[in-house]
Amino acid sequence: MTTTKIVLRFPPELTDQPVTYRLIKEYDLMVNILRGHITPKEEGMLVLELTGPKRQLDQGMTFLAELGVETKRVSKDVKWLKDRCTHCTACTSLCPTDALTVDRETMLVDFDKTKCIACEMCVTVCPYKAMEVQF
Amino acid sequence: MDHDIPRAGDIHTKSIRRYDPFHDQPAPRKGVSLGRTLMKTLQAINEKIKQGKALVLTAEEVIDFVDQKGAKKAAQEVDVVTTGTFAPMCSSGAYFNVGHSKPRIKISGGFLNGVPIYAGFAAVDFILGATAIPDDDPRNAVYPGKFAYGGGHVIEELVSGKDVVLTVSAYGTDCYPRKKVETRIGLKDMNEAVLFNPRNGYQNYNVGVNLSDRPIYTYMGVLQPRLGNANYSSAGQLSPLLCDPLYRTIGVGTRIFLGGGEGYVAWHGTQHNPSVPRTDLGVPRVPAGTIAVIGDLKQMSPRWLRGTSISGYGVNLSVGIGVPIPILDEDMVRQAAVRDKDIVAQIVDFSHVYPQREPGSLGEVTYAELRQGEISIDGKRVPTASLSSYAKAREIASVLKEWISRGDFLLTECVQRLPGADSGIVPQSLPERPIRAKNPV
Repeated sequence: MTTTKIVLRFPPELTDQPVTYRLIKEYDLMVNILRGHITPKEEGMLVLELTGPKRQLDQGMTFLAELGVETKRVSKDVKWLKDRCTHCTACTSLCPTDALTVDRETMLVDFDKTKCIACEMCVTVCPYKAMEVQF
Repeated sequence: MDHDIPRAGDIHTKSIRRYDPFHDQPAPRKGVSLGRTLMKTLQAINEKIKQGKALVLTAEEVIDFVDQKGAKKAAQEVDVVTTGTFAPMCSSGAYFNVGHSKPRIKISGGFLNGVPIYAGFAAVDFILGATAIPDDDPRNAVYPGKFAYGGGHVIEELVSGKDVVLTVSAYGTDCYPRKKVETRIGLKDMNEAVLFNPRNGYQNYNVGVNLSDRPIYTYMGVLQPRLGNANYSSAGQLSPLLCDPLYRTIGVGTRIFLGGGEGYVAWHGTQHNPSVPRTDLGVPRVPAGTIAVIGDLKQMSPRWLRGTSISGYGVNLSVGIGVPIPILDEDMVRQAAVRDKDIVAQIVDFSHVYPQREPGSLGEVTYAELRQGEISIDGKRVPTASLSSYAKAREIASVLKEWISRGDFLLTECVQRLPGADSGIVPQSLPERPIRAKNPV
């Protein structure tokens, strides 16, 4: 199962299409609407979180593209490449959620992914490319 | 600790009396003898190492040893103290001899994996600087700039056993007619591959902060506005030159752990600055000594040599260095056992003061305070972080201890100690002088 966040932009002629319904019914995707701004006959915007098997997600994305809906993935995952990390600690003072911390005894860095909000500060700061953004 | 020096917690940045560690110091107390009766010789210590009888401790372990047994007994019993550090190192590079092509070539310029080399040496000798970047690298054209690849990364790839692409050109001569060579090449294909770093192992460094309103991207890392964070770069109590602060045994010819292999101190490093304010133990309060180091790249490992990308600043090479300190007298064991709480660093603003070459610091802070993660400046809690890996420094000191304990590494007596305060060496800034013809036409 994969989860991805996407931003959809609908041209005015598509705002009356039951897009979300079709994603659920035809592609068996779990849809969580995070944000919506749709006015009929005007350009609309939806931020959706879609969950499902990867193949169906891809098919759903293709369906949207073929319809003429502009889609953009915003799901970001930050991965700690532990083998590349030198435990310098440069990232730890900049992490806004303390996902990156250092054990003051061992002086080893640790990454708690559940706290990460993918702000990417660490990616910019890490001198050894040990933090990587994955979409 | 001296009391006139503003401590980080007392500083009010709105009314900064700029502290100048060079002038605001009370004169060091003279005539304090810490025990310099030479008790042991380096030769005797090496004999013990060969017999597997030497007591070797890391710079952290010796702290506890001196605490428990006292300096006098420690000086008698401890033979060697190992130190370590791993961080981006100011001035690093490697020179190579790749052997001649057929027909022969006199290289005038070229690239290793797109990174420019400098070829103003013998025909097939050239040097690669760690901070060199490809000609088409966008640099900070799009601010701040990633600096994803450069000399440091090429060096890391070579010691990882990877091949790189060598592209060179020449103007061709009668004896060296070839004009162009393009080839894959690895360390095993080369005659010499020598790590040569003109400035490494800085003895202490500053703590970078940012007093301005926008984030800045510096060699001390990303510094957040309005004292958002404070970055330091030193192994502190594990750091080689902080454990032999007066260069009693470190000098030209000192054998060291370098990048995972054996190397040597070749010279004092560029900007070596011995005439600085120091604590009673002789530990400098400001960045002071430096070492130039040399070693066989083919012996080294990417575990201890890493290409480094410093956002908004450039590419560098992070180097692992470990220096063994023979304990010859009580002075030396006290200095080797220096603790983080007795080593201070200066807090320097990198948004204006440093770039504009203005003197002075905001005050001092100890490495003990820095390493616990937070310091107080201007009543504000400022998170700290390091660019120097303490964990790796600890590991290097441990590996070097292992090498010596096994009898695989003998200490050398340096042929010339690093220049001390009495040498008269005082680095100066660039004295800019006008370029003007004497008799303009």
